[in-house]
Amino acid sequence: MGVENLLHGFQIAVTPFNLLVAVFGITLGTIIGVLPGLGGANGVAILLPLTFTMPPTSAIILLTSLYWGALFGGAITSVLFNIPGEPWSVATTFDGYPLARQGQGGQALTAAFSSSFVGALFSIVLITFFAPLLAEIALRFGPPEFFAIQLLTFSSFIGLGGGDPLKSLVSIVLGFILAAVGLDIVTGQLRMTFGFVDLMKGFDFIVAVIGLFGVGEILLSVEEGLSFKGISTGMNLRVVLDTWKTLPRYARTFVRGAFIGFWMGFKPGGATPASFMSYAFAKRFSKHPERFGKGELEGVVAPETAAHAAGVAAMLPMITLGIPGSPTAAVMLGGLIIWGLQPGPLLFTEKPDFVWGLIASMYTGNIIGVLMVLAFVPFFAAILRIPFAILTPLIVVVCAIGSYAVHNSMIDIWYMLIFGVVGYVFKKLDYPLAPLVLALVLGDLAENALRQSLIMSQGSLAIFVSRPIAGVITAAAIFFFVLPVLTPWWRRLRGTAVAAPHRS
Amino acid sequence: MRAADLATASILVLLGCVVVLDSLRIGIGWGTDGPRSGFFPFWLGVILILAAAIIGLQAWHRSTDRPFVTREQFRPVLKVLWPATLMVILIKPLGLYLASALYMAFYMRWVGRHGWLALVLCAVGIPVLTFVVFEMWFLVPMPKGPLEAWLGY
Repeated sequence: MGVENLLHGFQIAVTPFNLLVAVFGITLGTIIGVLPGLGGANGVAILLPLTFTMPPTSAIILLTSLYWGALFGGAITSVLFNIPGEPWSVATTFDGYPLARQGQGGQALTAAFSSSFVGALFSIVLITFFAPLLAEIALRFGPPEFFAIQLLTFSSFIGLGGGDPLKSLVSIVLGFILAAVGLDIVTGQLRMTFGFVDLMKGFDFIVAVIGLFGVGEILLSVEEGLSFKGISTGMNLRVVLDTWKTLPRYARTFVRGAFIGFWMGFKPGGATPASFMSYAFAKRFSKHPERFGKGELEGVVAPETAAHAAGVAAMLPMITLGIPGSPTAAVMLGGLIIWGLQPGPLLFTEKPDFVWGLIASMYTGNIIGVLMVLAFVPFFAAILRIPFAILTPLIVVVCAIGSYAVHNSMIDIWYMLIFGVVGYVFKKLDYPLAPLVLALVLGDLAENALRQSLIMSQGSLAIFVSRPIAGVITAAAIFFFVLPVLTPWWRRLRGTAVAAPHRS
Repeated sequence: MRAADLATASILVLLGCVVVLDSLRIGIGWGTDGPRSGFFPFWLGVILILAAAIIGLQAWHRSTDRPFVTREQFRPVLKVLWPATLMVILIKPLGLYLASALYMAFYMRWVGRHGWLALVLCAVGIPVLTFVVFEMWFLVPMPKGPLEAWLGY
């Protein structure tokens, strides 16, 4: 049944128009991934208004292709310029940049792209088989289950996100508050508008994404004084083929990285820890751990496989549950709503063309993507040689256009600037931005799920633990919420347990 | 760093208070058909106040020498910010394309010290390109001013 649907999906994805859309999306995405201040999330956000007039399947292919491109693009800057374009490319710089300095940039890039591709393919295959199953289970979910999943989503930011759990919490709550501003559709009451007409529409998350990630990132990067010292790529067909011959040696690293990536990736914020974890595992199991950090090809393979596997896996909860696993997936979810599709498990039965077209396009998009980046690396790397006095205002202008186009409203450009400053301050103070965006997207959904659950239970919170599925998910969520409190306590406990024999 | 952390936490606590007060105004209890409009935001506000207060207290007790931003770092940030603000102000009277052309030209000349040829190419070429892409291909209208009106758009 799955294979049949997939074949049907390929018939949709492999039309000349949709392939062209994919090529266009990947080119643009790679450029966006290479440019500082423009990552996958706000690239997708800026492009979203252009898709309003497209058929939904082509639109989602454009946006996902952009996302794959941005994932590939991040590796280029990490290896050649020692600048991680995205947080999950940080681990790639550890060995990628030393390799490039030793004149093996071509090998490092080939390894990075190939492992990205392998990681992505692994996740796509899993999505192909698991997504329909998960959607079927999710069809039986009621409001309490959905609210429990939301809890789990946000608890994993706190428990697994790293950084200050309190600041993650503030970020989440702030996102929900911003989402609540404006008209309450359930009661028709105005909330937190304080008499301002402009506040009645509330805050659009697309504008928030563009401001927080786009403008905020630009401010951060000009502060560091942009000066790109790139190393030439040294890519040609010989290098690619020779590197491919050595890659089977790292088969275990591929498998490990792909599993870690998929497992971490379908939970929010998973790509970055996945890449670090995969790197750490590769180093621990290596015969030459001392070579890591000095230019070991395996140190590029491990994080790239995991990061790309995680990036793809973030799409799984988005298409099956309607809950995005990453800010980029969140923007796509917003797109689904704008195109008139109802995200969630019903998508599989009501819009099979869309879902299977999307899944099939993940295969084609990544195949086209890896071939394109391998072929055109020097071109993409050259983008960073554009002087930053041109790039900076260009990115600001593009952000302004993107913000305005969402609702054709001037106030959104102002919001974008304000969100930019907030993003800059928050980033400097280590407040995570991804949970804020996710909360802003999911705010209304979460609140409605909570309200409906409470109506079902006549106001008792017990409904979240008494129903079996909701209970298990809530328990997991509570576990993640208290994890930051438990961890130091557990460490102390273990510390004394280990120390005790020494004393006796 | 400490001052910035404290200031941010204080603003967040204040914001939380505003949210809580507004939620109390519209009702946080049980209405005729379920929780009232203020129910969800009220508890969000409470969590925000508590979390931000603890962050503030922690920041108070921790002293770091690392400054939030040095003068050298902040100057380029302002150099991006205030021309951008000016551009946004100019969008209304001049339209987005002209405002962005002026902004790009100004920034390129002032920060990048680019030659006039590069200046004209970028500051004219890029807005024209965006005009073609947005207004003509994808039919997404942008704010337009007297220049576009004069050209017949």
